[in-house]
Amino acid sequence: MNKNTSANKSKGNLGSFLRRSSVPIMFIIICAFCIPLSGLSPSYLVNEIVTRMGRNAFLILSLLIPIMAGMGLNFGMTLGAMAGQIGLILASDWQIVGIPGMVLAAIISVPISILLGLFCGKILNMAKGREMITSYIMSFFINGVYQLVVLYLMGSVIPIAHSTIKLPRGYGIRNTVSLLAMRQHLDNLIPLTIKGVKIPVATFLVIALLCVFIIWFRRTKLGQDMRAVGQDMEVARDAGIKVERTRIIAIVISTILAGIGMIIYLQNMGNIATYSSHSQIGMFCIAALLVGGASVDKASIGNVFLGVILFHLMFIVAPRAGAAITGDSMIGEYFRVFVSYAVITIALIMYETNKRREKSRNSEQLQQAQQEEENR
Amino acid sequence: MNEQNKPLLELRNIQKDFFGNQVLTDINLTLHEGEVIGLVGENGAGKSTLMRILFGADMIRETGGYGGDVILNGETVHFSSPFDAIAAGIGMVHQEFSLIPGFTTTENILLNREPTRSNVISQIFGDRMNTLKRTEMDERAANAIEIMGVDIDRSMVISDMPVGHKQFTEIARELSKEQLKLLILDEPTAVLTEREAEALLESIRGMAARGIAIIFITHRLQEILSVCNRVVVMRDGYVVNESPASETNVQEITRWMVGREVKGGEETSVSSRNTETSKTILSIRKLWVDMPGETVRNVSLDVKEGEILGIGGLAGQGKLGIPNGIMGLYPAGGTVLFDGSEIPLNNPRRCLDSSFAFVSEDRRGVGLLLDESLEWNIAFPAMQIQNRFLKKYLGGLIKWRDENAIREITEKYIDELAIKCTSSRQKAKELSGGNQQKVCLAKAFALNPRVLFVSEPTRGIDVGAKALVLQALKNFNRESGVTIVMVSSELEELRQSCDRIAIVSGGKIAGILPAASSVEELGALMLSQVI
Repeated sequence: MNKNTSANKSKGNLGSFLRRSSVPIMFIIICAFCIPLSGLSPSYLVNEIVTRMGRNAFLILSLLIPIMAGMGLNFGMTLGAMAGQIGLILASDWQIVGIPGMVLAAIISVPISILLGLFCGKILNMAKGREMITSYIMSFFINGVYQLVVLYLMGSVIPIAHSTIKLPRGYGIRNTVSLLAMRQHLDNLIPLTIKGVKIPVATFLVIALLCVFIIWFRRTKLGQDMRAVGQDMEVARDAGIKVERTRIIAIVISTILAGIGMIIYLQNMGNIATYSSHSQIGMFCIAALLVGGASVDKASIGNVFLGVILFHLMFIVAPRAGAAITGDSMIGEYFRVFVSYAVITIALIMYETNKRREKSRNSEQLQQAQQEEENR
Repeated sequence: MNEQNKPLLELRNIQKDFFGNQVLTDINLTLHEGEVIGLVGENGAGKSTLMRILFGADMIRETGGYGGDVILNGETVHFSSPFDAIAAGIGMVHQEFSLIPGFTTTENILLNREPTRSNVISQIFGDRMNTLKRTEMDERAANAIEIMGVDIDRSMVISDMPVGHKQFTEIARELSKEQLKLLILDEPTAVLTEREAEALLESIRGMAARGIAIIFITHRLQEILSVCNRVVVMRDGYVVNESPASETNVQEITRWMVGREVKGGEETSVSSRNTETSKTILSIRKLWVDMPGETVRNVSLDVKEGEILGIGGLAGQGKLGIPNGIMGLYPAGGTVLFDGSEIPLNNPRRCLDSSFAFVSEDRRGVGLLLDESLEWNIAFPAMQIQNRFLKKYLGGLIKWRDENAIREITEKYIDELAIKCTSSRQKAKELSGGNQQKVCLAKAFALNPRVLFVSEPTRGIDVGAKALVLQALKNFNRESGVTIVMVSSELEELRQSCDRIAIVSGGKIAGILPAASSVEELGALMLSQVI
């Protein structure tokens, strides 16, 4: 009998492993199918992946801490991204170039991120259990405030000196702000090319530093409290942990990191799409994290990197594969947007079904116990 | 030597009422270091309220505080929150686990009391950035587990643990608090297997030997006798008896617990009929129900046509699970035969279609549409399930509510059940508890059921309304010949209204007795298989 249950268990483990990692497996299959169709060379793919890893990983890592605190997939990071953009716009107007410009932009973004994070955290504390949709809608609201600042206040209230970034009418920021003076300065700070693959060493170092910080953070008292709050708010409260405060801190850390992440992202891109860069970033980061095998309540650093690789691999190959199959590259373009929404939907459904499965396990046990009793 | 005689804890004349409803009267209790007292009593006897006062629970203050004095170590104390009580050396292990599922034993034991080490960052950003000292945490958890005297895995995650180990983790958490002097265990063995319970009793002895005073609340009387120095029996808010455990026995304690003073001559009007010969209308076989806190295991039960069958038992033993499971409100399995045909489980609609009706114990949550009028409340199920109170047009394509018929039936029940309301259009939430209960009954009556399940029909309503509700049920049974299954925690009420009483204990039917049986007999059954 003992043997039987242990066999059951290992079978259950394999099953639950497959279930948990069904999204990454699905993506591996899609990529394996699309790569040969796209006709892109391996060296090109590796180059692209490495670049995108440097560009996106920091942003996605900023999602980890709210997940740890039980606040789910959090669009609050969009707020941080806006703060980062404001920092970059000001820094480039003041003509601070290169790395100092990025550092200055980060310094400007941090207080804005903290303010937005506090606001976001307070609101999310009023909407416990519905953090994802609340933060999503809130990102639209704050986007309005951002547009007010960038479109009307910059140039009229906030001095903007250079006409290259100002709209011709005298106030407001142009649709695109060029970051030529900063473009890939961090990526190229320590140049290294291996077999034709350019590696942004300095960016990777910053990302590694953040990873170390996250690992270390998990071992602090605050990190432990966040994990406790994330798993059971009531129990944590009974133990004397300040639940609301802990949750706000988690969001603030996330927005600060997202602000810095956005600066790294844009320095790689080389320009800011003032009114749209931030709007999709939350969606793509969350999709990438989920593709990496994370769920609403559990995400690791490993999920981030696997997610970046798989999600962006698909991003690169899908349009080409689409073009090869149908002769229309728009199909692939459409496909990748469609897939990122699909991934998020699937992850949310899986989260709910897993919760339900947990519940029904109880009754299964009860039934089993009764049968065993009868057999005796 | 003087130390020995000074009590650790003294309760003097503790009184407590909830809005005029006296639940504790003149409770006196003393407790010395290293002493174990067993606290027993039926549900609602006031044990939990007393412990909440002792532990400084918020709900005591919110409901107007308490009378009398709590004296700890010779000083009168007034706890304004559980955290004060903990600081003063009182620990409490609640019936429900308060553990973080994804944390290990060690992490749970030291939850929010982790030893930390400061570092550069924490000096800037404050103590919460201190790192945890994992090795010291482990040592302290190990110490606490050792005091308890059982072996549990410190690195195991709570959600992977058997229930018993979770309970031990809770106790270890209290033990790891250095200031702990008094430990309250509220039914700690309720979820344990026999072996685990034995280990727990052993560890209680060990803790007492180390000078920790323990208040042990349980329904398992045998355990009290084996581990406690004294037994304190509570009933209806009074301490009815206090005696050394060595000088008493299970039968005596049971009698103290359930034995109401026999009112001279005024023997309750037991009117049980002999229903042995009636045909079986409902036959339940091997029913299990997964209702949290009211688990039902392997219940088989026959209900005779036209009878009132009572189901009694202590709270948490599964009596509520039976009707809730059959009606499909909680996951259930087994077979239910009604009049020879099988009723599918987990399907409330099919139950209702088979002319079952259910008056839930959760009046406000399940029973009523709080924001709707009485008319709606009473007619809604009949409208939904039986297409009554509807006017049909275009050959049934369009159905309109028949407002007149609805008003008529509502007025009828308002008269019959003496529902106090301003009009049949008053909102259900504006009524008092007793009148809401009557609306729930009217709603079920309006369905013209063949079998009616009633769950805790008199919970939380006043004496006058109680009598009316019970009489209404009886009349409904006698006049319409409806079979009623009535679940209640109050034995007396079951004895007054029912023909037979089934007692549930440990999720199973412990026995079925005629309603005329003595309270002692029923009480003994109630405690027979308590888990």
